[in-house]
Amino acid sequence: MAHLEIKQLSKRFGGFTALEGIDLSITQGEFVVLLGPSGCGKTTLLRAIAGLEHQDSGLIMHAGHDISHAPPAQRDYGIVFQSYALFPNLTVGDNVAYGLKSRRIGQAPGAVGAQQRVADMLALVGLPGIEEKYPTQLSGGQQQRVALARALATAPHLLLLDEPLSALDAIERVRLRSEIRQLQAKLGITTLMVTHDQEEALSMADRIVVMKNGRIQQIGTPQDIYSAPCNDFVADFIGRGNLLEATSHHQSVLHFGSVSLRCASALEHQSAYRFYVRPEDICLHNITDASENSFTATVKKTEFMGSSYLVTLEADMAQDKPLVAQFASNYLEGRSIHPGALLRVSIPASQLRPMLPSV
Amino acid sequence: MNTSVPPQVGARASRHWGAYWPAALLLLSAAALCIFMLAPLATLLIGSVLDDQGHLSFSRFVDFARTPGVWTATWNTMWVATLVTLITVPLAFVYAYALQRACLPFTGVWRIVGLSALAGPSLVGAIAFIQWFGTQGVLKSWLGEHTVYGPIGITMATVYASFPHALMLLVVALATTDGRLYEAADALGASRWRKFWTITLPSAKYGLISAALVVFSYSVSEFGIPKVIGGNFPVLAVEVYIQVVGMHDFGRGAVVALLLLAPVLLAFAADWYIQRKQHASLSARAVPYVPRPELRRDLPLLLYCGVIGVVMLAMLGMAAYTSLVRFWPYNLELTLNHYLFGLAEAGVLKAYLNSLTIGALTALVGTPFIFVTAYLVEKTHSGPAWLRPFVRALATLPMGIPGLVLGIGYILFFNAPGNPINGLYQTLAIMVLANVVHYYTSCHLSALTALKSIDREFEAVSASLRVSQVTTFWRVTLPICLPAVLEIARYLFINAMTTVSALVFLYSPGNMPASVSILHLDESGDLGPAAAMATLIVLTTISVSIVYSIATHFLLRRHQAWRQLKR
Repeated sequence: MAHLEIKQLSKRFGGFTALEGIDLSITQGEFVVLLGPSGCGKTTLLRAIAGLEHQDSGLIMHAGHDISHAPPAQRDYGIVFQSYALFPNLTVGDNVAYGLKSRRIGQAPGAVGAQQRVADMLALVGLPGIEEKYPTQLSGGQQQRVALARALATAPHLLLLDEPLSALDAIERVRLRSEIRQLQAKLGITTLMVTHDQEEALSMADRIVVMKNGRIQQIGTPQDIYSAPCNDFVADFIGRGNLLEATSHHQSVLHFGSVSLRCASALEHQSAYRFYVRPEDICLHNITDASENSFTATVKKTEFMGSSYLVTLEADMAQDKPLVAQFASNYLEGRSIHPGALLRVSIPASQLRPMLPSV
Repeated sequence: MNTSVPPQVGARASRHWGAYWPAALLLLSAAALCIFMLAPLATLLIGSVLDDQGHLSFSRFVDFARTPGVWTATWNTMWVATLVTLITVPLAFVYAYALQRACLPFTGVWRIVGLSALAGPSLVGAIAFIQWFGTQGVLKSWLGEHTVYGPIGITMATVYASFPHALMLLVVALATTDGRLYEAADALGASRWRKFWTITLPSAKYGLISAALVVFSYSVSEFGIPKVIGGNFPVLAVEVYIQVVGMHDFGRGAVVALLLLAPVLLAFAADWYIQRKQHASLSARAVPYVPRPELRRDLPLLLYCGVIGVVMLAMLGMAAYTSLVRFWPYNLELTLNHYLFGLAEAGVLKAYLNSLTIGALTALVGTPFIFVTAYLVEKTHSGPAWLRPFVRALATLPMGIPGLVLGIGYILFFNAPGNPINGLYQTLAIMVLANVVHYYTSCHLSALTALKSIDREFEAVSASLRVSQVTTFWRVTLPICLPAVLEIARYLFINAMTTVSALVFLYSPGNMPASVSILHLDESGDLGPAAAMATLIVLTTISVSIVYSIATHFLLRRHQAWRQLKR
C-alpha cells in the first residue's frame, strides 16, 4: 500500500489555479522530487500535505489515515525550509530538542533522553558537539544540517523538504545534496522534496514529478524523464535539446527536409512526427565517414563548458533551426572546432524516439 | 525508524480549540478596538447630525456657521498651520540631512537634542517663548512692535513642538538610500547640487510629504499652545475647548471637532494614497550610503545643528530656569519654592502622581494588547476573512485622529446615560484607554515591523514538531521582538506623561494629570509652578529614557547573547 496517497487534490487562490486534480502515490522509503518552474504549484502541494495550506477538494492519505483536514500538529512529518527557519535565540541543542520537550521520545522520557537524542541527531548530520552554539555562528550549510536534525529528531514518518538547498552556495549545495540522499537512504524515511533545479532533481530522486500550472505533467524515474519526456514542456524544462520535425516515408525511414534518417521505433506510414534529440546524443564523425544516419553540418558557434563543448550547428535537416550538439572534451582529444568548419555528425537510430503531438 | 502509526485525530476537541483560539482572541481584540476607538468616533459623527430632539438635521452645522467669528477662527487655523508647515519641514529636513548624510561629531547627541521637545508637554515651548519674548521677556526687543501673544507666539511654539515629529520621519526617509546611486553619479561627474536635486530630494520625497502632513495636522489640532500663548487670537482648537469644557455644549464641540477632523483626514488620505505608490524604492541588494568627511559640507551643517540645538535647549532650559527663580523677572534668586510650595498650594502635587500612574498603566495595558493583537494579525490565519483587514484598518485609524477629537468622542460615548459602561467616565481607566487608542498606530507599526522581520516559517516548523503556537510565541517570538516591545512601552509611557489633548476632556478634579494641571496653573497666572510641573515631567521622561536605555542594554546583553554573536 502506498505510504502517502494523494487523490484529486485541487486548490485555487482567487482566480489562480494552484493545484488541479493532483493524483500522486508514494511508497514507503521513496525519495520523490516535485520539480517545476516557480508558480507551478509544487510548493502549494507540499504545504497542503503539511497542512499549512488547505485544499479546496481532494484527499490526502498518510499511512492509511485520512489527514485531508487534520491540522499540521496532528500530522506526522518533519519539514525543512529554504530559509532554515532556525530559532535564532535558541542554541543549536535547544533548536534540535524543540519538538522533544513536548512529547516523550522512546522509553526514557526526560532531560537525559532528550539530550542523548540531540547528540545522536547532530552526529547523524555530521555536526557532533555543537549544541552550545547559536545559529548565527554557523554557515548556511551547517544551519541547514541543524534544521534537518531538528526535523528528524521527533522520528517522523515523512520528511518534507521545501527547496532546502536553494539558499546555499554552489559547492555546499552539491555536497549537501548527496548527504541528504545518503541520510534518507540510511533512515529509510519517505521523503518529498520541492525544487526548481532540474540537476538537483535528477541526481537525488527515486522518482520525479514534473509540474506546470498546477498540473502534473509527468511522473517517472530521472532516466525516464530525461530520455523520454512526455511533452514539449517536460523536454524543455529538463536539460537542453533539439526539437526536430519529420515525415515518415517507410515503416522506419524519416525525411528531415532533404535528409533521410532511419528510426528504430515502428512508425506509421506518411505521418508527421516530432523528435526530441539531446545534444549529447549527436555523434561526431570523420568528414569522409558515411555511416548510417550521418549528415554534414556547419559550425556556427562553440562554447567551452569545461568537460565538454557545446556546438551550435547549421544543418539542412534541422530546417533553419539551430542544432545544438555536445561533444566531450576528451573525445575531441584537443582538436578544436571553429565557427565555419564543416562537420559530419549523426543521430543514431536508437536516439530517435517519437514524441506525442504537442498539446 | 520506529513503526508506531502517526498519532491520529483522536483529540478532536483540543484540535478545534487549537485551531480557533487565535481567531477568538483576535475577535476580542477587534471588539475592544470597536468599543474604545470606533464607537466614540461614530458617536461623534452621529451626534453632530442630530438636533436636540434626536432628529436627523444639519442644524448644528448651520448654527455653528452663523456663530460670529467662526470664519475668522477657521481662517486663522489654516494660515497658521500652513506657515508652521512651511517653516518646520525645511528646518527639520536640513537637520535630518546633517544627521544622516554628513559626518558630524557626536551624531547621537545631536539626534537627542533634535528630539528633545518630545520630552515635555507641548506647553513647555509656549511657556518658554512667553519667558523669552513675552511682556517681561528677555528678548522682547527682538520682536519690535509685535507681541508674542498671538500668531507669532503660536507659530514659534508650534514649530518647536512639531519639529521632532517631522525630524523622526525625515531621518527615516534619508536613512534609506542606495549608495550605489551616488557612486554612479560621481562616476558620471555630477555636481553636488545636481546629486542633491536628482537623487537626494526625489528619494526623500515621500518622507517630506508625510512630514508636511503630520506637521500640518499637528498644528490644526493643537490647542494647548494657542491656549497659553495665543492671547485673543481665535483658532478652532481653542474654540472646541471653550465650547466643551467652558460651556458644556457637547453638540457644538462635536461639530467643531468634525471640522478639525476633515483637513486632518484629508491629509492622511492623501498621504496613504501617495505612500501606496512607494514600494520597493530600495531593493534588498542596495548598498547603504556612507558619508565621507568633507569640511565644506560638514562645517556649515555642524554650525546649523549648533544653532538649532541651542534654540531647542534654550526652550527646555528656560522652562527649568523659570521653575527655579523666585519671581520672574523681579527677583531672580534661585529657589525650590515653586516645587515645594507652589505645586502644593495649587493642590496639584497629586497630579504628578496621577500622571505617573496613568503613564505606567498605559504602558502596562497598551504594550501587551498592541503586541499580541499585531501578532495575531501577522502570524495566525484562522477566522473569518474580513477579520484581519478590519483590525489592520482599525489599527491605522488613530494616526489620523487628533487627541482632541478622540477626547470629545469619548465624552459623547461614555457620558451617555444609556451606556452600560458609562461608569468609566472620569476615571483613571478611561484616560489610560484613551492614551492607548491615541498612540495606537505607531506602536502597532513598530510591532508589525518587528514581527515581519521574523522568519515566516517558525509557526509551520513548530506545528510540524507539535509544539503549540503559544509555546513558540513565548520561547521564540517574544524574545526576538523584545527590543521592539520595550520600545513600545517606553513610547506609551512618555506620551501618556506629556499628552494634554484627549485627557483634558476626560479627567475629574480628583485625578487630574500633570500635563493638564500646567494648563490650569497657567490660567490662574501661576507661571512659576506651571514651569515647575513642566520641568518635573521633562525630568521624569528623560530619567525614564535613560533608565530604559541602561536596562535594555543589560537585559539584552544578559539574556540575548545570540544577538551579538557573529560567525
